[in-house]
Amino acid sequence: MAPPVHVVFAALFDLSHPARYLHWHFFQMSVANVVVILLMIAVFVAAILVPFPKRERTP
Amino acid sequence: MWTTWVRERAVSSLPPEKLLPDRQPSYVSSWIYVFGVATTAALVVVVASGLILGLGGPTWWHTTSLGRFLNGIHLWGVELFFFAMVVHLWGKFFMGAWRGGRGRTWATGAISFLVAIGAAFTGYLSQQNFDSQWIASEGKDGLNSVGIGAFFNVANFGQMYTFHVILLPLAVTALVVWHVLLVRRHGVVPPYPAKVAAAAEPATPSEEATQ
Repeated sequence: MAPPVHVVFAALFDLSHPARYLHWHFFQMSVANVVVILLMIAVFVAAILVPFPKRERTP
Repeated sequence: MWTTWVRERAVSSLPPEKLLPDRQPSYVSSWIYVFGVATTAALVVVVASGLILGLGGPTWWHTTSLGRFLNGIHLWGVELFFFAMVVHLWGKFFMGAWRGGRGRTWATGAISFLVAIGAAFTGYLSQQNFDSQWIASEGKDGLNSVGIGAFFNVANFGQMYTFHVILLPLAVTALVVWHVLLVRRHGVVPPYPAKVAAAAEPATPSEEATQ
């Protein structure tokens, strides 16, 4: 029998522990927040570089 | 009648072809222009799921599978709302989107961002769990430290819940509607013009020959 969905996600993302933090001099931020910020930067760069689909013009 | 005055003012400041345009300038065909409407779409999901959560109440969203599902939709809607809004903000900042008489468009966007942070904060306080208690105690210290702690009691669930489900959503929605109407009225900001220095450079002999 397949495990319930929440069990699968619990295995992928174990949240039963304190959040992991990056700490470097004054900089202190949770890994989750760092990941979100990096994702936003990646999406921003992709939004500028990836060509927008154009509608094909009929002759 | 005053209704005539209102109608004439509304139509003259925002005629139908500007309110619901069927064409946009060619420079709008870029992915960076989709994040404004992505933010608005996420806001619709957040408000709709929040309305249902408000009807169900804390016990319902903590103990039933449907309540927890909608609680998740509400949370991830907010995550996407802020994600898209930040990318939208970066894009508009580097476009200089306040140019050409668009100062109020920029200001309403910036203020709606700030008010949305308050809405998200009171949302964390409305979770009714240990996380919200921790955030309330930390937030109370933070607000006291900047001298505005006397105006809000972030440890008061009733007060924060009212802020979260009535006052701040109304403020964010009103600001976003105003922001979108200003975008319609003034149009999407055009790109910066090509550098004057580059345009002033002497053309190459072959180019001169063709001019």
